[in-house]
Amino acid sequence: MGSDAGQDERAGEAQPRALCEQTKQMLAVRDGRDRAAFGALFDHYAPRLKAMAIRGGATPALAEDIVQDVMLTIWRKAAQYDPARAPVSAWIFRIARNRQIDIARRSRRPEPEALDNAPEPASGDAGAGDILGLEQEAEALGRALLALTPEQRAVIERAYLGDLTHSEIHAETGLPLGTIKSRIRLGLDRLRHELKDLRS
Amino acid sequence: MNAITHHLPDEILAAYAGGSLDYAFELVVAAHVSLCDECRAALTAHEAAGGAVLEEVGATAVSPELRSRLFAELAGPEPEAAVPTWRRRGPYPAPVVEALEGAEPRWRSLGNGARQCMLEESARGSVRLLYIPPGQAMPEHGHRGLELTLVLQGAYRDASGRFGPGDVAVEDDDEGHQPIAEPGEVCICLAAADAPLHFRGIVPRLAQRFFRI
Ligand SMILES: [Zn+2]
Repeated sequence: MGSDAGQDERAGEAQPRALCEQTKQMLAVRDGRDRAAFGALFDHYAPRLKAMAIRGGATPALAEDIVQDVMLTIWRKAAQYDPARAPVSAWIFRIARNRQIDIARRSRRPEPEALDNAPEPASGDAGAGDILGLEQEAEALGRALLALTPEQRAVIERAYLGDLTHSEIHAETGLPLGTIKSRIRLGLDRLRHELKDLRS
Repeated sequence: MNAITHHLPDEILAAYAGGSLDYAFELVVAAHVSLCDECRAALTAHEAAGGAVLEEVGATAVSPELRSRLFAELAGPEPEAAVPTWRRRGPYPAPVVEALEGAEPRWRSLGNGARQCMLEESARGSVRLLYIPPGQAMPEHGHRGLELTLVLQGAYRDASGRFGPGDVAVEDDDEGHQPIAEPGEVCICLAAADAPLHFRGIVPRLAQRFFRI
């Protein structure tokens, strides 16, 4: 297991296309502390993070402070980024949401325990095919969002930008989350097996 | 080990991902997801939806100073982590250990051997640990609004079934429900509500005033 031939075979199962720019840049930040890649991530995400903070009620000045804080957190927590477990935009969204709440409350938001291991290198056993597969699911979600009616899309935006309470969020959101959830779940199952093997 | 059979509802996970839940419920979500890969995967799926929204929500130009300030900070030394990283301890997942600030729960008696340890209480809601001896009923109470109860140790039964470690019960009505701890281990739960709990009966009503329930 884990031979080069095996990995090639696995990567070959996925459609032959490359990872998106942001994923490659985030891996370069994680593995090489690459500042040029981080600059490119900043150029892509900082204006989006600012828009998200303003939608969340921040003034433009506070929104810039939040963006700085979030980008710094991305740089410092890069070692925890694992493209096999969450798409890069999901990982950045999570950090932004957590930091925005921490700053608003001046105390740490309760977060789930981190999974008890270091992320696998991109070339490791997780396999390029798995990472690509997850990324394709994330892109499909983006396309599904754009395909919604403006009204449906506004509701989804309000839900994920913190504008709707749990009782205002309906189980049927209009976004197909089932396939990406199953893929993430399979990845977690395999991770648990690997952790068990390590410990036995 | 028993499998988890009672999970968090999807709208609660979506609200956690979106950031509209109050602290009390966030703590229960963080604790359950720490124990449950099914809900961890579902939460990540919601965060992927959040990521899709982030990609499409639009862009607001940032000032050039922001970029230079940020890169100046990257050049500086990385600060030591200011907040300690809490680890799971006994029946308590890391977010609960963090809420306890690493200390043991300070239990207060609710009568009949039941105890509670209030973790956070405000006008917006409350979250506490409950300690129910085997075979003992949880003090009967009603509530308005939402209540989430996560079993951390032992098990209990009520009209809606059996709840073991990792299971989370969702109540969003004012029905009195009387969970009874199963024989065996002491049942320890993490319970969050968005309105004060109203205990029924004379003695519990006194207790309500006295113990701020
Ligand atoms: Zn669950």
